[in-house]
Amino acid sequence: MASLIAGGIDCDVHPAVPHLTSLLPYLNDYWRDQVTTRGMVDLVSQSYPKNSPITARHDWRPESGKPGESLEAMQRHVLDPFQLKHAICNPLYGVQMVFSEDLQAAFCRALNDWLVKEWLDRDSRLRGSIVIPTQSIEKAVAEIERCAEDKRFVQVLMLVMGDTPLGKRALWPIYEAAERLDLPIGIHAGSAYHNPPTAVGWGSYHIEDYVGQAQAFQTQLTSVIVEGVFAKYPRLKMVMLESGVSWIAPYLWRLHKFWRGVRMETPWVDRAPLELVRSNIRFSLQPFDAPPEPETLIRLFEHMQSDELVLFSTDYPHWQFDDQDALPEGLSPDLVRKIMIDNPYATYPRLK
Amino acid sequence: MNVQFRESQEAASPLTVKTAIADCDIHPARATRTELYPYLAKRWQHHLEIYGVHAYQGMMEGPPYPKAQPNASRRDAYPPEGGPQGSSLAFMQKQLLDPNNVQLGVLNPLNTGQGIRNHELSAALCSAINDWQIDKWTSKDKRLKASIVVGNEDGLSAAAEIRERAGDKNFVQVLLLSRNVEPLGQRRYWPIYQAAEEAGLPVGVHAFGFGGNPITPSGWPSYYIEEMVGHSQCQQSALASLVLEGVFERFPKLKMVMIEAGFGWAPSLAWRLDKAWQRLRSEVPHVKRPPSEYIREQVWWTTQPMEDPERREDLFDVIKWVGWDKLLFATDYPHWDYDEPSRVLPAGVSEANREAFYLGNAKKLYGIN
Repeated sequence: MASLIAGGIDCDVHPAVPHLTSLLPYLNDYWRDQVTTRGMVDLVSQSYPKNSPITARHDWRPESGKPGESLEAMQRHVLDPFQLKHAICNPLYGVQMVFSEDLQAAFCRALNDWLVKEWLDRDSRLRGSIVIPTQSIEKAVAEIERCAEDKRFVQVLMLVMGDTPLGKRALWPIYEAAERLDLPIGIHAGSAYHNPPTAVGWGSYHIEDYVGQAQAFQTQLTSVIVEGVFAKYPRLKMVMLESGVSWIAPYLWRLHKFWRGVRMETPWVDRAPLELVRSNIRFSLQPFDAPPEPETLIRLFEHMQSDELVLFSTDYPHWQFDDQDALPEGLSPDLVRKIMIDNPYATYPRLK
Repeated sequence: MNVQFRESQEAASPLTVKTAIADCDIHPARATRTELYPYLAKRWQHHLEIYGVHAYQGMMEGPPYPKAQPNASRRDAYPPEGGPQGSSLAFMQKQLLDPNNVQLGVLNPLNTGQGIRNHELSAALCSAINDWQIDKWTSKDKRLKASIVVGNEDGLSAAAEIRERAGDKNFVQVLLLSRNVEPLGQRRYWPIYQAAEEAGLPVGVHAFGFGGNPITPSGWPSYYIEEMVGHSQCQQSALASLVLEGVFERFPKLKMVMIEAGFGWAPSLAWRLDKAWQRLRSEVPHVKRPPSEYIREQVWWTTQPMEDPERREDLFDVIKWVGWDKLLFATDYPHWDYDEPSRVLPAGVSEANREAFYLGNAKKLYGIN
């Protein structure tokens, strides 16, 4: 495996909310009462069943509780051994599955406050992503503006499978706020399950949902590119988190071909999709979904025609690699430095 | 894309005979609205006149995303005698088959009896379109071979149609579309695979179709280009379903052809499936081997629309991973995104690979001597 270097940025770690009741201190009286009197249960998404092998590496799995719920464990497993300068916390608590915009806004606010108090305040290496209530664009923007006061929030977090394609114009106030406040939009694997998890319907298996994340990322990239998000917000960065990377180049070859054929349909897309991706889109390293041979890896990075697209991630505590082998074999020392340090700093202005 | 032929190029010159090719994705069209009526019972003719076709989408006529060109077809492909593009055998011979020296042309009729909510009507229309393919096309030009179109949402009637046509040399494959009510690995579709395997016919899965599901896992997008690009994501999900439901394991002699959805994504999907399977295989014990092995052994790919890298030689890496023995050349005639045979492959391909790509793989798969 390629050698890690100290001072890197881990762009995708997942602190877990132990239980819905952990958020009670961060809810107001009304919502606290709603949660308790209605008997609301823990918001665990099907995307990451607690005991699934993907959800936690076996040596990162605690004896009790949820993987990722202990700061001390995160320090012991990744922050210290990987000698990280920063790690960006992307909570994957199932608040996106809620349909009521009021309930979702209350949960998102509580989740963000919980992250500050239980994580960011307790380890200065940690940075956070703002989870937003997308059932209401107005409330989502308000939550972004509220949290952005705290410079330790470095990103806005959305799921790759939500209610609508992410390029849709109704969502643009979110992107306006994010660009204005120097916050990239992080788009993470996972579904709100408001639509079937594949474009051909509901599959049978957890593994099918997980494999399908890559196709969801592809459709979202198409949407944000052809709707013109980056023509309108040229400084906005979007980061595909836990997306996989081996599909990027062939996907873009196809999009590019059709864009050349039917660009009259979306005339505001005034730059080629390949260029837009190079300037505005980034991808987290794990899960690295290519075979282990270095020659294949070298060809895949060649196909991307850029060494700026990939950002280091461990995807802690998900099981994507063993031991310390987060960097696949075949990466040159220069590329390792770009992936672990230069590219994350260039992507997240608030890390500086 | 549109290719404007000059008159001098249109006439086949004896001095410039091209190497023979197979075209594994040709779309024959009906010249008139009622062209299928002779093959339909009176009951269904009346039904169509009164109620029309109710597909798993809302428009009574035409697609929900307007195409880039009328009928998504080349503007130069209207037959001189009238009718839509692709509806005249004589003009198809003149514009496609003769000048390109097509030795084998596989017909894939679209907008037929598939993706229709009334399953009895679906079966009747599919049977009609199969008779029509023989009468209008394959019996009149021996280079052309038909696909057995089946009522995709009713596995039992689809299997009956396959058994009815099995052994008829006019047909070389069974045709499904990628978008259905459920992912294609689901049990309701298994009778189709069983019948196809018994008949020794490959099952082609062509991009498109309607199954009622949004074409992204986040709902309906805005533009035609999103649907066009999205067909490759649909195809990936359909293929993942076939692997993970164990269809290839249960039907080991089944051969499947992925039609018009690209192949550049195939290595990435196979790697991703393998990596996930290593971790999650206890959920799918019926998937006994790494998913990439089933895909490498039992799946073929038509080439159009060929992915188009900036550095064209990058495509060779992908083809090496997919396998030169698994690609089937296709033009998609008469559609607008037609791939011109002389231009699709970058320079530097060996003679053996070139022959396999353009003709040999198709003849072998479809059993043509």
